[in-house]
Amino acid sequence: MSKEKKDSKLSNNIEKNGARIMIDTLLENNIEVCWGYPGGAILPFYDALMHSKLKHYLVRHEQGAVHAAQGYARATGKLGVCITTSGPGATNIMTGLADAKMDSTPVLAVTGQVACADIGSDAFQEVDTYGMTIPITKYNALLKSADDVARVTKEAITIALSGRPGTSLIDFPKDVQVGLSTNYKNIKMRIPDYHFKNPPIEGDVDKLISAINKAEKPVLYVGGGAITSNAYNEIKELAEKAQIPVVSTLMGLGAFAGNHELSLGMLGMHGTAYANKAVMECDLIIALGARFDDRVAGNTSDFAKKAIKAQIDIDPAEIDKRVFVDIYISANLKEALKKINPHIKKKTSGSWVSFIQKLKKENPLKFDLGKGEIKPQYFLHELYKKTKGDAVIVTDVGQHQMWSAQYYPVKHPRQFITSGGLGTMGYGLPAAIGAKIGVGEKPVILISGDGSIQMNIQELATAKMHHIPVKIVIFNNGFLGMVRQWQELFFEKRFSHSIMGYNPNFIKIAEAYDLKAKRIIKKDEIEEGLNFLLENNDACILEVKIPCAEKVYPMIPAGAKYESIIDYEHDNSKGNLFTVVPNNP
Amino acid sequence: MKHTLSVLVKNHYGVLSHVSGLFTRRGYNIDSLSVGETDNPEESIITLVVDEEPHMVLQIEKQLYKLVDVISIEDLTKKESLQRELVILTVKTSKDKRHEILGLVDVFKATIVDMTDSAIMIEMSSNPRRIDTFIRVFSEYTILKMARTGTIALEFPSSKLENTKK
Ligand SMILES: Cc1ncc(C[n+]2csc(CCOP(=O)(O)OP(=O)(O)O)c2C)c(N)n1
Repeated sequence: MSKEKKDSKLSNNIEKNGARIMIDTLLENNIEVCWGYPGGAILPFYDALMHSKLKHYLVRHEQGAVHAAQGYARATGKLGVCITTSGPGATNIMTGLADAKMDSTPVLAVTGQVACADIGSDAFQEVDTYGMTIPITKYNALLKSADDVARVTKEAITIALSGRPGTSLIDFPKDVQVGLSTNYKNIKMRIPDYHFKNPPIEGDVDKLISAINKAEKPVLYVGGGAITSNAYNEIKELAEKAQIPVVSTLMGLGAFAGNHELSLGMLGMHGTAYANKAVMECDLIIALGARFDDRVAGNTSDFAKKAIKAQIDIDPAEIDKRVFVDIYISANLKEALKKINPHIKKKTSGSWVSFIQKLKKENPLKFDLGKGEIKPQYFLHELYKKTKGDAVIVTDVGQHQMWSAQYYPVKHPRQFITSGGLGTMGYGLPAAIGAKIGVGEKPVILISGDGSIQMNIQELATAKMHHIPVKIVIFNNGFLGMVRQWQELFFEKRFSHSIMGYNPNFIKIAEAYDLKAKRIIKKDEIEEGLNFLLENNDACILEVKIPCAEKVYPMIPAGAKYESIIDYEHDNSKGNLFTVVPNNP
Repeated sequence: MKHTLSVLVKNHYGVLSHVSGLFTRRGYNIDSLSVGETDNPEESIITLVVDEEPHMVLQIEKQLYKLVDVISIEDLTKKESLQRELVILTVKTSKDKRHEILGLVDVFKATIVDMTDSAIMIEMSSNPRRIDTFIRVFSEYTILKMARTGTIALEFPSSKLENTKK
C-alpha cells in the first residue's frame, strides 16, 4: 500500500459497526428506500437505521416487505431492498425471493441471524437462512466479520442488478452488526468479473440478420428481458423497419406498445387467438429476452413448428433449455439489436402484415356483455379508456390477472407489474405499494381477486400509515376463480374447495383501516365506480361484483397444441357479444 | 454418455452446497463428485462425472457458470486427461484362498495395506474403468467393506484435443 493511501486510511476511516457500514454502503450505491419488519436478531441494524438517510417503510408481514421491494424494482428498474429478522422473519420472505428469482427482479434481502457463536445450536429464532435460500438467490452470503460487510454488500448489490437481474441475500448475525471495523472504503469485490460486466455479443449475428432480411412471415416474441435491458426503442425500430408483428409474454407486456398496429398482444395459454395463430404460421420467430416457458410454448414440438427459431438472451443457459433454436445470440438485448438494426432492409407492409390484420379482425377477444351485471372484461376495457391506457397496472394472480393482461394493453415498459413465473397470490397489494413509491405521481391501480387480496390484506395498514395512494380493485366472484375455471373445464364441474364461502365485507374492512371503499354491482355503476377510484387521494378500494362463471378465454389447455384452443363459444351463451381488439382501440 | 467436468471454484463457505444443490434442483444425473484444494488455497477443483446427453451437459455447464463462486469449467471429455479414482477394500480370506488373492493383487498392481488371518485390506488407484474391473474380480470373494472416491482428473499438458467451450 502506498504511503498516501495508508495515511488517508488512518485519518479518514473511523471505526464503524457492521450495521452502520452496511447502511452507508447501501446509500453509497444509490439505494434510497427499503421495506422491513424488525425483530431481535436485526435490532442493531434498526438502531443504525433510525437516524440514517435510508428511508424505511414498516410493513405488516415480511412477505409484504419483499413483494413491495419487488414492485418497486419492477416499476423503476432499481434495486428493491427488504429487511427482516432471523428465523420466522427470514422464512416469511422465501416466497418473495423465489418469485423475484423467477421473474429476474433485482431484490436484496438482509436478514438478521443469531450471533456467530450460536449458529448451529438451534438457538432462539435460528434457521439456516443461507442454506434455505441457495436455490432462490443469485448471490447469498453469511457474514462472519464486520470487515467483510462493505465488500459483501457491494457484491450483493452488483450481482442482483447485473446481467439477468435476480435476488441477493445477506444473512447478518447480530454480533457482526455490532462488530467494529475500519474496512469499508475503496473495497474490491471478490467475484470473477464476467458475473457482472456487460457480456460480449456472442453467436450468430450475421445469420440472424440474413434470416430477418429473407423472412416472409417473421414474428418478434418479446419477454421480460426486453424490459430489463431497456430495448424498447430498438425493438420498435426493428419491428417498424422490417414490418414484423410483435407478440409478448406476460412479463414482456409494455416492452412494445400494446396499441401499436404491429402489436398482437399476449401469446400463450391465455393469449389472443391471433397472437397464437401468427406464431403457428410464421416462418421466423425471434425470442427477445423470452424463455419459451410452458405457459407460452405449452407443447414444445408444436410451438412455431414452421419457423426458423432464433433467440437473443443475456443468460446463455436460457438458450436450448426447453426449445432448441436454430440461431442464437447471447448478449445484452439492447446492444445486440443496436448491432443488428442497421443491417435490416426496410420493408413496406406486405401480405404478411395484412394477413395479420385480418387475423385480428376475425379473431378478436370476445365475451358476453350480459344484461345488467358487470363483466370484468368490460370493466377493464372501460378502465383502459378512462385512464387513457396510462395507469400503472399491478395484479394479483388468477383470472383477473389474465383479463388485465388482455383488456388493459399497456403502452409503456414497467407499466404492467405481475407475478409471472411463480404466480404468487398475495403479490399484488404489497407490490402495488412498492410500485407507487417508485413511480411517484402516476396512478397505480391494483387489480385483485377476492381470494388473492386476502393473502396480504394486512398491508392496507402499510398503505394507510405511509399515505401510499394505491387504488385497489377487487373483482369479487365469490370463488377462487381460476381454480373454478379449471374445475369446470377439466374436472366436470366438481368445484372442490374453490368457493370462498365466508368472504368478509370488503367495505367494512376498508373502513376498519380508515380507508374509503365502494361496491359496484351493475354495469351502469361502472362510471361512478371509476370516478370514485380515480378521484380519491388516499388508498381506496373498489369492490366489483362479477359473475362467478365468467371464464378467461381464449385458453389453450396446459401442454396442448394450438388446435385444442377453447374460446368464448364454449359457453354457448346466446347473449350480447362484445368484441375487442385491444391493440386497436 | 459420461462427461467429466472439472470446475474451478472459489474455496469458500457453501460452495459445495451451491454446486450439489444445482444438481438436485434441476434433476441432473451425477455419478460422482469430488472436491479438493488446488495449489492455490483460495481455490478448489470440483470434479464432476455426469451421465447426460451432450446438450444437457452444455446446459449443466451454463447453469454452473451462473454460480458466483465458479471461476471456470472444463469438459475434460473433450480433452486428453488423466482420470483417477482410489478404492480401498477389505476381502474375507482364509489360509487356502490367500495365495489366490495375493496373485490377483499382483496382477492389478494393487497394494496390500493390512492383513489378518481372516481378512486382507487392499488399495488401488487407477482409472475408473480399471477400478470397476478390480471390484468385479474381487466380488468373487466376500468383500467385507469397501470405500471408493469419486474421479479426479486433469488435462495432460500435451493434450491436443480442442475444448470447444470457453
Ligand atoms: C399462493 C398461491 N396459492 C395458490 C395458488 C393457486 N391459484 C392460482 S389462481 C387461484 C385463484 C385466485 O383467486 P382470486 O384471487 O379470487 O382470483 P380470480 O381467479 O377469482 O380472479 C389459485 C388458488 C396460487 N397461484 N398462489
